[in-house]
Order: sequence, then structure tokens, then C-alpha cells
Amino acid sequence: MMKTLSVQINRALPAFTLDLDTQFSLSGVTGILGPSGAGKTTLLRAIAGLDKQQTGRIQFGDALWFDSDRKMDMPTYQRAVGYVFQDARLLPFTNVAGNLRFADKRSRSRAGPINWDDVVAALDLSSLLERMPAGLSGGERQRVALARALLTRPQLLLLDEPLSANDIQRKKELLPYIRRLSTHFSVPMIYVSHALDEMVALSDRLLVLREGQSIVHDTTEAVLQRLDLPEVSAPRDAGTIFVAHVIAHDKGLQLSTLRLGRQNVFVPGLLAPVHTEVRLQIHSHDVAIALVAPTALSIRNILAGRIVDIDANPQTPYAEVLIDIEDGMLRSRITRASCIELGLAVGDEVYALIKTVSVNNTAVF
Amino acid sequence: MDLTPVWITLQLATVTTLILLLLGTPIAWWLAWSQARVRPVIEAIVALPLVLPPTVLGFYLLVMLSPETWLGGLWLKASGSALTFSFTGLVVGSVLYSLPFTVQPLQSAFMNVGRHTLEMGATLGASPIDRFINIVLPLSLRGYLVAAVLTFAHTVGEFGIVLMIGGNIPGKTQVLSIAIYEHVETIQYANAHWLSAGLLGFSFVVLLLVYTLNGRRGFRVS
Repeated sequence: MMKTLSVQINRALPAFTLDLDTQFSLSGVTGILGPSGAGKTTLLRAIAGLDKQQTGRIQFGDALWFDSDRKMDMPTYQRAVGYVFQDARLLPFTNVAGNLRFADKRSRSRAGPINWDDVVAALDLSSLLERMPAGLSGGERQRVALARALLTRPQLLLLDEPLSANDIQRKKELLPYIRRLSTHFSVPMIYVSHALDEMVALSDRLLVLREGQSIVHDTTEAVLQRLDLPEVSAPRDAGTIFVAHVIAHDKGLQLSTLRLGRQNVFVPGLLAPVHTEVRLQIHSHDVAIALVAPTALSIRNILAGRIVDIDANPQTPYAEVLIDIEDGMLRSRITRASCIELGLAVGDEVYALIKTVSVNNTAVF
Repeated sequence: MDLTPVWITLQLATVTTLILLLLGTPIAWWLAWSQARVRPVIEAIVALPLVLPPTVLGFYLLVMLSPETWLGGLWLKASGSALTFSFTGLVVGSVLYSLPFTVQPLQSAFMNVGRHTLEMGATLGASPIDRFINIVLPLSLRGYLVAAVLTFAHTVGEFGIVLMIGGNIPGKTQVLSIAIYEHVETIQYANAHWLSAGLLGFSFVVLLLVYTLNGRRGFRVS
């Protein structure tokens, strides 16, 4: 049986109560999504043992970390967790190598796939080793913090909005790093953020936290198909994600052909080798709907599907339409006016016109 | 000129500083982190020597340490000599009198380290003692330096408490400040000048050192 982290906690916060009873899978990346102040950080700190004010029970595999009934509370330094804080919190009196060595010397076990050279290479740190933390950029600092957390050889890595610092300019470039780390070093991660795009790029599973309650905890694909969750719709939609197969490259036209179920999708650029899998994201505002197969159109990606859900919100001009394309779901955001004019209803066969497909450079290995 | 008082003063200041750095560390740590309700009380007691006339503290210590009391008696029985009018008595008095000069810089150094840094250490697998030695100490180095310099200098400069507890026994409890006083009383102004000017120069250098250290960017202590 797969090891899990079982968390059952209850803690009164100023505005609401954090009340959670859930199991985290210990593989891949689990995202915890919610607005600021939903209790995300409190939850993460409880898992790490940094906060003590909650009641409940936290069990990691066979190891009991916290049980308020039995007055059991394993101190943080004995729990097999790594933690990356919002602010990197590097030791200011030693250089990057010194920071990494601090973690390496205290690491829980020497076995496993994590070693110094690999971590330094994976996070591109070899040129930074002699630098002092004060001279690093925000992004560099977080890379060091990530490497340092990995070198403690954690069995679970907790990341608390590591990309939220203002001076991290190129967030998008750090995301693939993080995803690759989880796969490459086989470290399960729990990643907290209020940014939906980070979750879409990173997470295999998603827990949506709203005022201290878990609204949903499922695969990211499944959560993104829910039309009833404002967290994954407004204000800027995420759309849905797919895993697609690269089946051909056209070097001349610089176009990749991807297999998505029984239909093909064309993506500009030569993204990944043929026969590998990539993760596609299709934003709902990039999906238009036609009742008949359109011709003479510049849009290349036209997928046939069936409407399975419509959510027309009278507070907005838009309607969210969920289209089953046999190997996944597409979200389409159209105006309510169009929805009425086309007379769209659940069960209709339609064509989804996809303007843009974005590929998370985070190839699924 | 007899330089014995200088020697005794340096001995007293060195011993006092060493004891206070050891004793002040846990007190400052507790004051920096404790949420206990008695914390302001302890803080006030530690700061008392800053405002109290040294003679008041000296008077109470003289009364408490004299061989007639149980504490003084116990010491007499255990060590064979009285605490009052002895070098050991001077050390006890100096430790109490200079306590805030050690505790306050250390406390603010520890508070500067911050809870966040300690949490980070814990997530890297460092035990509390490990965190203190390998994170807190390196970050508090300036604090320790300032505490040591201030404590040493303050002990060198004390007068009232030393006179109350130690008296004025040449070669035993006669420290620099008391020697100056005696030179003046016996109208040996030349000797008084030498010692006074020396102490003046010493004090200035010490303060200059503290402010230079404190003013350095990145290592501000308070």
C-alpha cells in the first residue's frame, strides 16, 4: 500500500476554524490552493511541527508525528520534512556552499537518490557556491533554499509560496525546476500557493482550501473540470490540463503533432522528443465553440466533443462550458449572449476551437 | 607608584566578565523568548543596577554576605574565609552590579536572530543545542563582543559597591578607582593624575570600540 500523510487537525484562527481531515498521497506534487488567509500556511506549519496550537493527529506513514490526545508532538528537527519558506531564510554568515553543507551534515539518511553533486547540478548552483546570500537575487536565493531543503534528504518537502517574493522576476522559469526535482529525486511535495497558474504547472493533485475547510482534494485534472469552484475559475481562468503524446515533428514548419486521446493537436515549436509525453494547458478563454465543423479558418485545433455542463453566472457576462472530448475535458469561456444565441445545452455535440495551447515545459518524465 | 590596584582591577574585571558571559547567556535567552508573565519582573530586577546608587546595592550585599548571616556563614564554613572584605566578595558584587551590561546586549542580539531563523534551523534537522551553537552564536558574535567590552569596562569603573563590600585593603581589595580616591585624600595629586588619565583613556577607547562595532553595517546589535 502507498504511504500517506494523514492529517486531522482543528485550530481556531481569528476569522474561522481550520478544520481538516484528509490524506495526502506521498508521491508527486500536491498543491494546496486558496486565497491568502485561508489557512494554507497554518496547515503546512502544523505538518512541519512549527506550530503547536492545534488539536488532532498527524501521521506520516507508520510514524506518528502529532497526537494531541496522547500529548505526542515530535519536534520539527526529528520529522523527515524539508521546508522552503516564502523568504528563503539563508544563513547570512556563510556562503551558498556553507548553507548547503549545514543541511547536508544534518541530513537524515545518506541512502536514496539525493546527493550533493546532483542537487547542485539540478538547481544550477555551481557558479553560486562561493557567493554570500546577501549578494543573490530573489530567484537565486530560493534555488539555494530548495537545494538546501533537498540536502536534508527529506521524505516530504513542504513549500510555502516559494515564488511569492516580489523580487522573483522569472517565476515561470523556476516552476519547471521544482516539478523536475520531485520526479528526479522522488521526493513528494506539498506546495502551497494562491496562484492558480503555479498549481496548474506543478501539481498532480490539488486540495482547495477555503476558510479553513477542504473544499475538494482530487487530481488536478479533476479539480480543473469543476465549474462550481471560484478558486479555479475567477478572476483569470486556468482552463484544463492534459497529458498528450508527441507523435511527430515538422522541422520545416516548426510544428509538433500531439495525440490527445483519438484526436490530434498541433502545437507550434518542437517541444519534446517524439514518443514522450507533455503536459498541455488549454485556457478556457482560448476555447471557442461552433455547432458545425468550421472550414477556411486559421485555427488548426478543432476538437469534436459533447457539452457536459454549463455554468452561466448572471453576475458576469460569461458562461463556462465543460466539453467532453473523450480523453479529457475542455473548459470554454464564452459570453452568455453567445450561449443563448447558439442555444447551447448539456448533451449537444459541438466543436471546440482552440486558439492557443500552452505547454508546460515540465515534461512528464 | 604602586601598580597593584591596576592588577587587581584587571583581575576582577576579567573574572567578572567571564562569569557574566556564562551566567548572562541563559538569562538573556530566557528574556528574549519567554512569554511568561513574570518576564517584566525579571527584566526589571536585571536592570536595577542601572538606576540604583551602587552604595545601596553594596550596603545590602554587605549585610547579606557577612559571616553572621546564613549565606555568609555557609560560605565561611565551606571555604574557610569570609566573603566580605575579600576578592571573592568583590567578584560577587561586580557580577550583580554589571549584570545588565551583559544581559541587555545579549538579549537584543538573540531577539535579532529571530524566531524565523530558529524555525529554519529546525527544518534543517538541527536540535535546539545545535541551533544555538551553530546559528545563534555566529549571528550574535557582535552582541557577545559588545557585552564583554561593556561588562569589563563597567567593572573597571565601579567604586561604590567595591568600597562597601571590599573596603580598601591594599593588595587585596584596593582597586583602581579606590586607589585614586585615596591618592586624592592623601593629597598625592601626581599619582591620582596618572591613574585617572589612564582610566579616562581606557574608557574612551572602549566606548569608541563599542560604537565602531555597533555602527558596522550588518552587525547592528540593538
